Amino acid sequence: MTLFQSGMIGYYLAGALAISILLFFNRSNRMNYFLTILFVALQCGFTWYAYNHMNTIELIYFTPDSLGVLFLIILCVVSVPAFYHSHIYCNSKQENARHRGIYFSAMVVLLTALSAAYLSNHIAITWIFVEITTLSASALIYHRRNNRSLEGTWKYIFVCSISITLVFIGILFLSVAVQQSGGTDLFYSQLYRKAGGMNVFWLKLAFLFIFTGFTSKAGLVPMYTAGIDAKDKAPSPAGALFGSVLMNVGFIGIFRFYQIISPTSIFPWANKIILITGFLSVFVATVYMLRVKNLKRMFAYSSVEHMGLIMVGLAVGGIGRYAAILHLVLHSLAKPTFFFQMGQVYRIYKSKSIYDIGDYFKYNLSGALVFLFAFFVVTAMPPSGMFVSEFLIFRSLFESGHIVLLVIILLLLTMIIWAFGKNIFKMLFSKPINFNDENLEKINPVESISQFILLALVIYLGLNPPEEFVNMINDIISNLPT
Amino acid sequence: MTDILLITFAISLILLAVANRLSSYIKILAFQGILLFGIAFIELIEINWVNLVFVLLETIVFKTIAIPYLLNYVVRKNEITRDTEPYLPDFVSIVLITTIILGSFLLTNTIHDPNVRKIFLVVALSALFTGLYIIVTRRKIITHVMGFLVIENGVFVLSIAVGSVMPMLVNIGILLDIFASVFLLGIFANKIGDVMKEQDVEQLSNLKD
Repeated sequence: MTLFQSGMIGYYLAGALAISILLFFNRSNRMNYFLTILFVALQCGFTWYAYNHMNTIELIYFTPDSLGVLFLIILCVVSVPAFYHSHIYCNSKQENARHRGIYFSAMVVLLTALSAAYLSNHIAITWIFVEITTLSASALIYHRRNNRSLEGTWKYIFVCSISITLVFIGILFLSVAVQQSGGTDLFYSQLYRKAGGMNVFWLKLAFLFIFTGFTSKAGLVPMYTAGIDAKDKAPSPAGALFGSVLMNVGFIGIFRFYQIISPTSIFPWANKIILITGFLSVFVATVYMLRVKNLKRMFAYSSVEHMGLIMVGLAVGGIGRYAAILHLVLHSLAKPTFFFQMGQVYRIYKSKSIYDIGDYFKYNLSGALVFLFAFFVVTAMPPSGMFVSEFLIFRSLFESGHIVLLVIILLLLTMIIWAFGKNIFKMLFSKPINFNDENLEKINPVESISQFILLALVIYLGLNPPEEFVNMINDIISNLPT
Repeated sequence: MTDILLITFAISLILLAVANRLSSYIKILAFQGILLFGIAFIELIEINWVNLVFVLLETIVFKTIAIPYLLNYVVRKNEITRDTEPYLPDFVSIVLITTIILGSFLLTNTIHDPNVRKIFLVVALSALFTGLYIIVTRRKIITHVMGFLVIENGVFVLSIAVGSVMPMLVNIGILLDIFASVFLLGIFANKIGDVMKEQDVEQLSNLKD
């Protein structure tokens, strides 16, 4: 099939590849702006196209379904401020043109690979694009080119390589199961249809390996560690992408396989595993949140907590599934605000440690307001949309009779809110130690606008979700048995 | 014939446990490449020839020649000392790796499935866990990479077992190989050598809470 018959996604992939190559070789600043704007336009146009062509197969391996399109829209919304802040980041550092080229090129590849992984309808194609995200993400993490970013990159690549190998082993086991049920392909739709006849033993093994493998991207126990270092060491705008859209790709990997096994007899068993993983993630996040001193790492651990909650919601079923998807959407819109704002904090204090940062209201009023609002939004206090989704998750826990688990999770969340609030309020109101506030960089309040918009979106989507949005989420979970 | 090659592969895993020098590790990896070539050749002879050539090239050119050459280059360039520096004595290693092989043997024997040849599964699982074991118990970064390559070889064995029906998976497995080896090794082991004097994992423990 040639490119011209392949529909929009062929053009999209080719265009994005061309832009990333041009960005890689380009040395001019103005050209850089132009190319990133071109990519954003391409991305938005493609999202619009995918939204209007739901459930049509393109280029054999891609089908825009509700889940993929929903994530694609989030990716669009988050990528615009990510590019904007990346430009600010590079300008403020007087970046070397070659390094800047690599940075933007890697970011374009990352976003493209994510989009393709969202829309893929074949488990091996998803796998390939997830592998590409590891590659491009590590270029972003290594951007600062010092000892510590090298360490972060090395750990990220190593853990992700091992987990991607685990996913591959899972796919191999799955293919054994497929062969026995008479199938020859690994398309999700076909797997879903054949799943009932597959050998339970192989399916269980496949689930274990694929699930464990994707936890490194989704930020869950046991492979969450790589993501933490990555978000910490990458430049803040890249960290924002890692904390939102990159975690979604892990979720999509898990969720698609979850859908496949939903008609089989191992479904309750898989739910139990997911529930345990989700709970452990919340627990681990709590432990680290209480002692972490680096703000960026704290935000990263908060993501682990939210992913844990999402998995708990997914596993207990009922209204929890709807809430899980809603929570995921809201989390991926809310979490980037912290990272974008962290970029500004770093430019003022030249540090990420809670000991060096303080009195932020005095130095950057708009930024401090962002932190304050974002804190309320992310810890799910009303009127945050995440309050709605978390409340629904708790309701589903209550309805399914997991009372003890509910109480423990609520206790853990209280501790998280306490630790989170302690650090945020310290940075907003207490004076920093030994801080010389002469010759500080003045931050333009305009830079905070993008964060306010994202936060407003979270509140709006939670309190007054548009009908289309609700329909999409209901469509996503419609395949799962009640 | 495949059985003999596979058993030799399992024996080479035990050899990894007692090898003391980086150069012997590299030689064992190259040897495993040749074994994999043999296995792939016998098992996949009936798939279409483009795929076959691709697989054979990968095992011979890549696993047997390119990767060992690259590893040697990295070791020489960064002047890494030739000892593998395990945390545990060799005797413990050999006992543990034998246990791993025995364990995967017993585990595989619980499966009652006529479609799957157990010996592939035994060898693949042993290689997987041996690789993990090497990563956990060796101190140098380069030995971590080698442990990862052993895991890759195990995955390759596994993919051959299902490969005659789904050649696509074998190709993807090769993609994984190339990605991991070139990227981990070529770019990264070099960079780490430039930045760090001692190539210990202890150097990589700054990021923590």
